[in-house]
Amino acid sequence: MLDRKVNERIRDFHEVALGFSADEAILEAERCLQCKKPLCVTGCPVGIDIPAFISAIAAGDFSVAATTIKEQNMLPAICGRVCPQETQCEGACVLKNKDTPINIGALERFAADWERERGFSAEQKSREQTGRRVAVVGSGPAGLTAAAELARRGHKVTIFESLHEAGGVLSYGIPAFRLPKEIVKAEIDQVLAMGVDLKVNYLVGRSVSVPELLAFDAVFIATGAGLPGFMGIEGEQMNGVYSANEYLTRVNLMHADQFPVFDTPVKAGSRVVVAGGGNVAMDAARVARRMGARVTLVYRRREEDLPARREEVVHALEEGVEIINCAAPIRLLGDGVVTGVECVTMKMCGLDGSGRPTPEPVADQTFVIDADVFIEAIGQSPNPLLIREVSGLSIGARGNLVVDDDGRTSIGHVFAGGDVATGAATVILAMGAGKTAAAAIDRMFKEQ
Amino acid sequence: MYKIEETTQLADRVHQIWIRAPHVAHHAQAGQFVIIRIDEQGERIPLTISGVNGDLVRVIFMAVGKTTHHLASLAAGEHVRDVAGPLGRPSEMISGGTCVVIGGGVGVASTPIIAKAAKDAGNHVIGIIGARNAGLLILEDEMRAVCDELFITTDDGSKGTHGFVSDVLKTLLAERKLDLVWVIGPAIMMKVTSGVTQPFGVKTFVSLNPIMVDGSGMCGSCRVIVGGETRFACVDGPEFDAHQVDFNSLMARQRVYTEEEKVALERHQAAHCGCEEGGNHHA
Repeated sequence: MLDRKVNERIRDFHEVALGFSADEAILEAERCLQCKKPLCVTGCPVGIDIPAFISAIAAGDFSVAATTIKEQNMLPAICGRVCPQETQCEGACVLKNKDTPINIGALERFAADWERERGFSAEQKSREQTGRRVAVVGSGPAGLTAAAELARRGHKVTIFESLHEAGGVLSYGIPAFRLPKEIVKAEIDQVLAMGVDLKVNYLVGRSVSVPELLAFDAVFIATGAGLPGFMGIEGEQMNGVYSANEYLTRVNLMHADQFPVFDTPVKAGSRVVVAGGGNVAMDAARVARRMGARVTLVYRRREEDLPARREEVVHALEEGVEIINCAAPIRLLGDGVVTGVECVTMKMCGLDGSGRPTPEPVADQTFVIDADVFIEAIGQSPNPLLIREVSGLSIGARGNLVVDDDGRTSIGHVFAGGDVATGAATVILAMGAGKTAAAAIDRMFKEQ
Repeated sequence: MYKIEETTQLADRVHQIWIRAPHVAHHAQAGQFVIIRIDEQGERIPLTISGVNGDLVRVIFMAVGKTTHHLASLAAGEHVRDVAGPLGRPSEMISGGTCVVIGGGVGVASTPIIAKAAKDAGNHVIGIIGARNAGLLILEDEMRAVCDELFITTDDGSKGTHGFVSDVLKTLLAERKLDLVWVIGPAIMMKVTSGVTQPFGVKTFVSLNPIMVDGSGMCGSCRVIVGGETRFACVDGPEFDAHQVDFNSLMARQRVYTEEEKVALERHQAAHCGCEEGGNHHA
């Protein structure tokens, strides 16, 4: 699968990866060994019948391929683009050891795009309505998936979204060059076409009281991990300092790249420093490049420890993002407006719980990077707003909601899933949690 | 889409609109705010809820930037794209005490709903409202109706006490025991006025108005330093203990987009003046 040329793509927000043509998709699909015990499926958090959809593509039957995927995954064009396939389906592919694994993500994307471009065969609203009402809080990947699965089973679902647009992190967080917004909208519209009611501008706990929420027959909390972490270093209050959430929201959701046609501004800066090494950090750095700035990303561990998907790191480097490893910002310089970032070199000591080295500062080894914009992408934690309003919810050490294997919280008819339960993770894990909880809610209704 | 049911100009550049937004109106409490986005190109701006009537919510604002000028130009029957809320924590309340609700300039917009909440909680309620001159004073009748006592100040002496709201507050503090004070207005006015109560140890709240985007604790744009800690005005506030607030950093952060705001406003006015060269002559 080809990418757009670097000098072309850093001038706009159009998609970087071009995707397969029909012929390329068939050629790739024909490489699949159609394993009797397909390991790829075990690597998929939502259990897509991967050999079946690949076989349909190989046969040129793209519509069947799309339908097969959507039996397990209502958002295939999104997942085909943003899933970390290298650690999931593709990471489990047997061809990985001899050859390159099947490019399952690109095939998923191809089938989903093929169907969408020809008009969806909209899934019929479930004919048998159960009369059960379910509230879904948050319209990100977990909430959308749970809503679709519940609607499929005939339950009446209302999604509450606090922003003016559905999608959660798909809308405000992931930039258009990685996930075009019209694709997000089209896949959300498909979920809504199943009879799901979407209420935007509703902040649950405020626009909907907790008793009103708990009066639903079941509740699924999927409020994500939206609370940005700040490093707590000197100078953080200065102008020009952003959380990655704010920077990305201004551009992705509010279209600050098109200011003043759109009213929301953002500081483009000429010299941007991003702190962090995850996908969010890469997204912020690549957005900043497209806003015209010189961009340096500072990561406190080694290059091989970067938590971002490899593809994002490669794309960022190709686009001219400079990555400084083993360094951490310790102080922001400037007089009201940031002018520089003082960093300290980090050395790697012992291993932490996740098997990564523990970085420790090397005293006196400091350096300054000039910067007029500083973006902190050091992680997000669950937004505490709703959690602290609902009494009786069991909260974990990282501010996350504690749930059992079914996604059930400490309140019987209240379920939760996605980043609010796991801490910041991936789109597909959130979708898997949405599916699990929807199935558990359905079982609960049948047992009642 | 949310319908504007009624619009009134209260003073020079100060406008009042009533918007049909049942999900906000049915849950709104004193001290909370909404975020409004006028249209698809619009920005999200926070405005204090200054009144509720059935399904309707009232906001009062001064036309200073592009969005507020645009909002001021809308007529009854027109719509805004989004109204999110109510947002923020409701005002903390006491009962059986003496409360003072102070508003300056367009900040007076927030005072009747808080004064009423204080009254309903069984307090003796004193209002102090001020403006640069008599023509800019708003909501006097409403405050008179809800407060046990009302004081008025103008900077030029054209109405009420010649001076600032802080002058009246100083007099009150010298004369009697006050239990709780709210100060709402421009940041510098809140800083100065709340400073008056500090030596007396009177609990004082200010309602902060930093730049926001989502209003739900997600972006951190509205971060303010309170008691040496970073707090988010949208979810931890907007009301904070005045004596803990770092007003200087608040004021600096409010100015971050001054240049961009100027560009947006000039562009808006050029588009609405119908002349070839655009320009500033309408400003």
